Amino acid sequence: MLHSFSSKIIGIITLLFLVALLIFCSLAMGQTSISFSLALEVLTQYNPENPDHLIIATSRLARATIALTVGIALAIAGTLIQTLTRNPLASPDLLGINAGAIFFIVFAITWLNLQSLTQYMWFGFLGAAVAGLGVFFLSSLGRDGLTPIKVILAGTALSALFISFTQGMLVIDEQSIQTVLFWISGSIAGRDLNMLFAVLPFLVTAIIISLFIGKAMNIFGSGDDVAKSLGQNVGLLKIIMGVLIIILAGGSVAVVGSVGFIGLIVPHIAKGLVGTDYRWTLPFSALLGAALLIGADILARFLISPMEVPIGVMTALIGGPFFIYLAKKGVSKQ
Amino acid sequence: MNGLQTKKLTLKYGDQPIIENLDFDIPIEKITVLVGANGSGKSTLLRSLARLLNPTSGEIFIDTQKLQDISTKQIAKKLAILPQGPVAPEGITVHQLVKQGRYPHQKWFQQWSKEDEELVEKALIATQLLPLKDRQVDALSGGQRQRAWIAMTLAQETPIILLDEPTTYLDMTHQIELLDFLFDLNREYKRTIVMVLHDLNLACRYADNLVAIHDKKVAVQGTPEEIVTTEMVKEIFNLDALIKADPYFGTPLCIPKGKGRRVK
Repeated sequence: MLHSFSSKIIGIITLLFLVALLIFCSLAMGQTSISFSLALEVLTQYNPENPDHLIIATSRLARATIALTVGIALAIAGTLIQTLTRNPLASPDLLGINAGAIFFIVFAITWLNLQSLTQYMWFGFLGAAVAGLGVFFLSSLGRDGLTPIKVILAGTALSALFISFTQGMLVIDEQSIQTVLFWISGSIAGRDLNMLFAVLPFLVTAIIISLFIGKAMNIFGSGDDVAKSLGQNVGLLKIIMGVLIIILAGGSVAVVGSVGFIGLIVPHIAKGLVGTDYRWTLPFSALLGAALLIGADILARFLISPMEVPIGVMTALIGGPFFIYLAKKGVSKQ
Repeated sequence: MNGLQTKKLTLKYGDQPIIENLDFDIPIEKITVLVGANGSGKSTLLRSLARLLNPTSGEIFIDTQKLQDISTKQIAKKLAILPQGPVAPEGITVHQLVKQGRYPHQKWFQQWSKEDEELVEKALIATQLLPLKDRQVDALSGGQRQRAWIAMTLAQETPIILLDEPTTYLDMTHQIELLDFLFDLNREYKRTIVMVLHDLNLACRYADNLVAIHDKKVAVQGTPEEIVTTEMVKEIFNLDALIKADPYFGTPLCIPKGKGRRVK
């Protein structure tokens, strides 16, 4: 574990380099292999006549940028949700927040015939909020209140409900399957940068705010009573965290569909590196999330070449075993 | 300085009244111990004194100020509470936990000051945790862990400290060690201490002011030697007991009647 201040700074710098390197790989590697120097050239002296330049600028640059932003957003959302629910197995996908956002977006497309990206985004936020509040209310029922296991059960149930609603709508309206399939499986390929730009101001604001609440989250981690007795406005902090989660997860889904497991596993890797001090855990999570999603997106291009694995499937392949490991660790600890 | 005071205080969980119409004072710079049967509302009362629970009606005063009118942060500078069985976040070290005690004294942008560091170190020394400061709280024994939490409330530097059953889960040695420590804290540093204890005998030994909670109010309050009698124990705990003077301390000693082996 990185203990001293200087080793943590070195860790941050190393991760920054790793992310930059992966972005370059993402620009250069794929069906058409392009040299690193050419990738650099696109950024410095772009020439639309050159077909390789065109590939990078139109498709790969968008993928890299989207993977970078969404990776950061999902990892931070995961760190926040695990802290808020005090549950190491929580993440936006497991708690049904992704499924809620997808259901609302698919509803907007198939029933309301909405086509603007901004409208999708708002429906994504709305769906994430409905699912988040739903999980909160369902799991607070009963006398022992909001226990970790009830949060997970409520999340799984709501997730299943939203997914079957979504499938139900597709059965009724088969023509929409092609348009919405990508939201369900999660994909970065073929996404337009404009999709990201609609959501970007919200995501960036939420990411920046998250990086400033680390100290308050440290206090919150000791429980509501202790946090209150240390003078913290616990209710306000919970609302802030809840809103940030909804923006980060709902916004991510609006851009790439459901990409699971990043929010689950990244906070654990970050804590393994820097311990439970959210002033460090949050920036480490952000960079690790970006690295993981960009890396997964590169891998997805080669695994079943010449086809591509959808990114949501790719992260599930990586995250599934990790989830089992975490669950097992939790069981043996008790 | 008037310590803590309640006026016509009523506390409810849902519709169920726990404390009704209570007027009572907690003297300053003394050790006050709340006792009572299970479910008598002593923990609830303690929590309300720290505003972890809002009164249904009535008021609580701290230094003649209404508790409701003070910001959470201001309260945290006057009064620290250690709730029952707190759970530290996974992986947090003793040092990190104790540092949290400085939170109410800091602004969010403010850097860690030299004064903060000194007070944290003082709290670690007082609780004999300095050699263990880099250990994880999860890895400590029950007694050490409880001391780590108390070190955190010490670093908070409040004139009043409330503790909800601080001796639960501790063996006898650690119970005495902890209570001795709180006793010194009161006698040497004049901190007002209010705690809930289950063991009436230990309560009699350490309390300057014993408060018995029964039937939604304070049934009796005073020094243990004034108030602890066979009748009192019968009324509060519904237990038949003999009260003798402790051969060591002279404080009341409660010997419950009942069954068991008899060797004389």
